[in-house]
Amino acid sequence: MNPSLDKYFVPEPSKYPIFGSIALLLFGAGAVMWLNEVGPGPIVFFLGIAVLIYMLFGWFGQVVRESEGGKYGKRVDASFRWSMGWFIFSEVMFFAAFFGALFYIRVLSVPWLASGDNEALLWQGFTGNWPTAGPTAAETFTPMGAWGIPALNTLILLTSGATLTWAHHGLIKGRRDQLRNGLLMTILLGLTFLGFQIYEYFHAYADLNLRLTTGIYGSTFFMLTGFHGLHVTIGAIMLTVMFFRVQAGHFRPDHHFAFEATAWYWHFVDVVWLILFVVVYWL
Amino acid sequence: MSSCARWAVLAIALAAAQASSAQSRYNFQQPVSEVAGQIYDLHTLMLLICLVIFVVVFGVMFWAVFHHRKSRGAVAAKFHENTVVEIVWTIIPFLILVGMAYPATRTILNMKDTSEAELTIKVTGFQWRWGYDYLQGEGEGIRIVSNMSTPREQIEGKADKGEHYLLEVDNPLVVPVGRKVRLLTTANDVIHAWWVPAFGVKQDAIPGFIRDTWFRAEQEGVFRGVCAELCGRDHAFMPIEVHVLSASEYSAWAEKQLAARAELAAEAAREWTPGELAERGSKVYATNCAACHQPDGKGIQPVFPALDGSAVVLGEHEPLVDTVLKGRAGTAMAAFGGQLSDLEIAAVTTYLRNAWGNNVGDHVAPAEVAAGRAR
Amino acid sequence: MAAVIPDQSHDHPHGPSGLMRWITTTNHKDIGTMYLIFSFIMFLAGGVMALAIRAELFQPGLQVVAPEFFNQLTSLHGLVMVFGAIMPAFVGFANWQIPLMIGASDMAFARMNNWSFWLLPPAAILLIGSFFVPGGATGAGWTLYPPLSIQMGMGMDMAIFAIHIMGVSSIMGAINIVVTILNMRAPGMTMMKLPLFCWTWLITAYLLIAVMPVLAGAVTMLLTDRHFGTSFFNAAGGGDPVLYQHVFWFFGHPEVYILILPAFGIISQIIPTFARKPLFGYASMVYATASIAVLSFIVWAHHMFTTGMPVTGQLFFMYATMLIAVPTGVKVFNWVATMWRGSMSFESPMLWATGFIFVFTMGGFTGLICAIAPIDIQIHDTYYVVAHFHYVMVAGSLFALFGGAYYWLPKWTGRMPDERIGKLHFWCSMVSFNITFFPLHFLGLAGMPRRVPDYALQFADFNAIATVGAFGFGLSQLIFLWVIVKAARGEGQPAAARAWENADGLEWTVPSPAPHHTFEEAPVVR
Ligand code: HEA
Ligand code: HEA
Ligand code: HEC
Ligand code: CUA
Ligand SMILES: [Cu+2]
Repeated sequence: MNPSLDKYFVPEPSKYPIFGSIALLLFGAGAVMWLNEVGPGPIVFFLGIAVLIYMLFGWFGQVVRESEGGKYGKRVDASFRWSMGWFIFSEVMFFAAFFGALFYIRVLSVPWLASGDNEALLWQGFTGNWPTAGPTAAETFTPMGAWGIPALNTLILLTSGATLTWAHHGLIKGRRDQLRNGLLMTILLGLTFLGFQIYEYFHAYADLNLRLTTGIYGSTFFMLTGFHGLHVTIGAIMLTVMFFRVQAGHFRPDHHFAFEATAWYWHFVDVVWLILFVVVYWL
Repeated sequence: MSSCARWAVLAIALAAAQASSAQSRYNFQQPVSEVAGQIYDLHTLMLLICLVIFVVVFGVMFWAVFHHRKSRGAVAAKFHENTVVEIVWTIIPFLILVGMAYPATRTILNMKDTSEAELTIKVTGFQWRWGYDYLQGEGEGIRIVSNMSTPREQIEGKADKGEHYLLEVDNPLVVPVGRKVRLLTTANDVIHAWWVPAFGVKQDAIPGFIRDTWFRAEQEGVFRGVCAELCGRDHAFMPIEVHVLSASEYSAWAEKQLAARAELAAEAAREWTPGELAERGSKVYATNCAACHQPDGKGIQPVFPALDGSAVVLGEHEPLVDTVLKGRAGTAMAAFGGQLSDLEIAAVTTYLRNAWGNNVGDHVAPAEVAAGRAR
Repeated sequence: MAAVIPDQSHDHPHGPSGLMRWITTTNHKDIGTMYLIFSFIMFLAGGVMALAIRAELFQPGLQVVAPEFFNQLTSLHGLVMVFGAIMPAFVGFANWQIPLMIGASDMAFARMNNWSFWLLPPAAILLIGSFFVPGGATGAGWTLYPPLSIQMGMGMDMAIFAIHIMGVSSIMGAINIVVTILNMRAPGMTMMKLPLFCWTWLITAYLLIAVMPVLAGAVTMLLTDRHFGTSFFNAAGGGDPVLYQHVFWFFGHPEVYILILPAFGIISQIIPTFARKPLFGYASMVYATASIAVLSFIVWAHHMFTTGMPVTGQLFFMYATMLIAVPTGVKVFNWVATMWRGSMSFESPMLWATGFIFVFTMGGFTGLICAIAPIDIQIHDTYYVVAHFHYVMVAGSLFALFGGAYYWLPKWTGRMPDERIGKLHFWCSMVSFNITFFPLHFLGLAGMPRRVPDYALQFADFNAIATVGAFGFGLSQLIFLWVIVKAARGEGQPAAARAWENADGLEWTVPSPAPHHTFEEAPVVR
């Protein structure tokens, strides 16, 4: 951090945003074409992803160079803090939509379907016991239990939060080895989590007859855990980037917000999992 | 008083004058149920309160606009807050709101009380018609499918529009006067809403769910409404017509309906020649299918497929019957098993196989449809 | 508005020139200008759709468009106006004005700011482009209720991805605004000295951050229900179509305040200037705005009174909704009190502001009438609701935008708006607006449903009047274009730094037009 910088850093014109826009246009248009089987959907879709990756590398690369080049003063640092906080809040609200849906389904609408006129006239015999694949479900399925892999995964994520904090302490106290090892452990734990999650999905499809299409249980289960898994993946990628930056000698005890932001994000993903574990797997 | 406020008052006066006729152009229709009456009065009350506040607030504003002008030599005062005034104009509106909430709450409690109904009718919304099943009370077992009867020519401007343009149906809902009717609404495909303004009833019909509401018509006559939830292409063309009859007329009507139903069932059981089936099928097609697949069977590309020359229509019986019986999930092609009888489905599929350019030459037996239902 | 580019040689923008300048720019004024131009184009596009709707409704019967195309027009008119015209216009104002008003050199994240803008054209391409794909655009209304939206063709998917992209843009834009206001204020600019436009935008930005992700979640569930076999909105699989409505309106109701709070901010800047008197009740304005925002999260189901909620739900949502009248009333009273015993003059911005208070309040009152659940049972999904929300969104948001545009035009272009044409614009708009939308109240009360291409005969007269009014209103907007083009081309009377006699605030301390870079050294506010 450079306290002599009292002028707020305003970046030069940049070509990256427009690449980002083109990327999302290709991504969206490609997905639409793919889903509706018109035109070269997958090609456009993956082209969009490629452009997006190029953009992210270029843009973040530039930010890293500016940061390490000492262009960001205290106020820019404060801006980053505010923005990361509110960004995470927006992610919380995204998950809230799905948790809210699960709550509504479990507490209100499924019991409605299984009672009164709904049961008598439309869905005779539907009991509405959770988990359910809905009143017309023809096949049975086994719900995902909480105390096998999911419990283990809870432990893994909690541990990873601790190792990350340990790494952070290393960074603050200038112990680069502790930082490196802590980060590495966190990444490995994250990957283990993801590995288990993937295994669990295979297990669900192969042995439990539990699919995305398994009525409302399958829908909420896979969408919630899937979006969470996606966020773990993003977090793991961020951690990996941090690891390479540490290897490159970046960050100082008093100037490492990128690291902290990643840590915030990781803890957020952790908390989402805890709620998930309780309301999706356990209760 | 500002000129706009004067206009508003004039409009209200006009509305009040109009309100006496059944079809007011400025205000709610003349209520014919207790709830509709309460709603009517509630609205009048709200309108008056709002109008008074409006006149007071804008009276002050326009007074300032005309008198506190720089061009009139007004010199600006310096004040910019006054805690007492600010608290007062927070509390007074709050109290006004409480005054509004009280009658509104009473009306809601009344609307929601569907107990002790004398007649229960299930209302099903289809794209784009209404089905009525009399579940309980006098007339139990009656089944009505109600289609808009305004001819296409009137809509397209090729014929003069009739008096009840877009508000008339082939088979109206019939209820007795003065009896509490409980309606159970549901839908077959998308959300519709059953709305008859004169009864003060509007209830969404949601596929997979039953919702209930009630009315008690206090007057004999014909009352009209429309579907009030966007339900696709012909949302504007699924009206509701309710005939409210005296107790004795209603009994006579119900008896006749039930007798006709028995006759129909007997008829369905007898042997049908392919020719008869196809002829009947063409009628079924015209009321149920032509809206999407078009009278000439050419469909509307690419949303509604052509049935003329369709591989499904010309192919095996089983998939064809299944398509009509169970619909295609996630498309506008709804399941018709709930609204058409075995005979009607057999008839329409027979018709399809032999209409326009299609000539398979065989027919589909009602028994095949019954088998399809069991599958 | 191209001439907003200040071309004094000592202050040329550095970096690329020509088109690339606009594509790569990190300057808040450039980006603000692009937002404004984009939103005006979208307004014209949405307006043309509105005119097609009105043309079809000119008389009973089907004349101009087929029913399915009519539904597409209605849906896209709503989506384009809300997401393409009004929201980006306010963001354009925020970009131009917030740094100027708080004495900041630029937005906190100038590069991201550029991306927020440049995400909009791709979204617009997807949205408008959906008219031209097989099956056409979505015809499920701007609310996209399932199961109808599940039945739609690929135009629906395009709308979903467009909404996702606009959501990303809005969230980034909102974060940028929050951080700019919290972190970039000039020394001495305490929160309770913050101009009200900044306050209302700060609160709006929080609303955006809170609800845009919820909308993204809602349309994502639609997408998976459509293509991946999930059952969120399908009762047969244990879901519920009404679930979508809850999620959508949890977004949707705060959204309508997103469309009006910045408008309140603009009005609160204009009125004191032309009343030559400080704003009455600054603090209560701030608290009222915050209360509206908080309340907006607990009223959503007033859009769903006819779905058949349990009675406790109906009562709760009715009471909560009615409460919003209190803080909104505080705002109206404060504006009137500011005008009271002022020394008023009625240049174009003030005309719009006064018109706004008058007509918006009518929309507020009809909103309150909608909030009374038993009455709403009668008027839900009728033209009464259409009248209500055009009174608050056209005579509210849009009129405030016009007022703001006249107010700050000198700062953007260096030229005073042409008063004669500006007044003409106002009076034509005001009169034709009411001719268009006032009769719709009567139509709704008398029983005309919304989203229909054809109607029963007793509704013919008022529909004809409304259609005539709509064309008049549309033509009136060409007058606005004339004012803007004139000023942007550097015609008209040059503006002083403090363009309006009593205008107060940091933005009036920099030259008109504002140079490319302002406040590189932060001013000190006392
Ligand atoms: C800018 C956008 C905006 C704003 C500001 C509002 C403001 C309000 N709206 Fe509106 N509304 C919409 C946009 C907006 N609305 C839209 C787009 C829809 C339809 C969506 C769709 O279905 O497509 C809608 C629909 C809608 C409905 C659902 C109708 C239906 O579909 O059946 C309801 C019901 O409660 C409602 C209520 C209100 C209320 C109570 C307010 C209040 O905030 C108004 C408060 C203001 C005042 C009351 C006036 C000033 C106050 C005073 C002078 C104080 C004294 C007053 C009293 C004590 C009475 N609105
Ligand atoms: C803030 C948003 C906004 C704005 C500004 C408007 C502006 C207008 N709206 Fe809006 N409208 C909505 C938001 C908005 N609307 C929403 C959300 C819906 C609900 C959609 C749904 O049900 O899903 C709706 C629905 C809606 C309906 C109901 C449709 C239906 O239920 O089927 C109607 C009908 O009259 C209508 C009319 C108009 C008109 C005449 C204007 C006018 O103000 C437009 C004026 C502008 C122009 C006309 C363009 C400018 C001029 C030119 C391009 C020059 C050429 C002009 C001429 C030759 C005359 N709108
Ligand atoms: C609401 C509009 C609508 C109505 C009414 C309707 N259909 Fe359809 N129909 C469709 C759509 C849309 C499809 C295409 C479904 C798909 O994509 O799989 C379809 C498909 C079909 C097919 C399969 C055609 C093919 O080639 O795949 C048959 C057969 C059919 N409909 C028969 C009928 C009959 C018989 C009726 C009346 C009893 C009817 N439809 C009423 C919309 C409708
Ligand atoms: Cu059925 Cu609209
Ligand atoms: Cu609302």
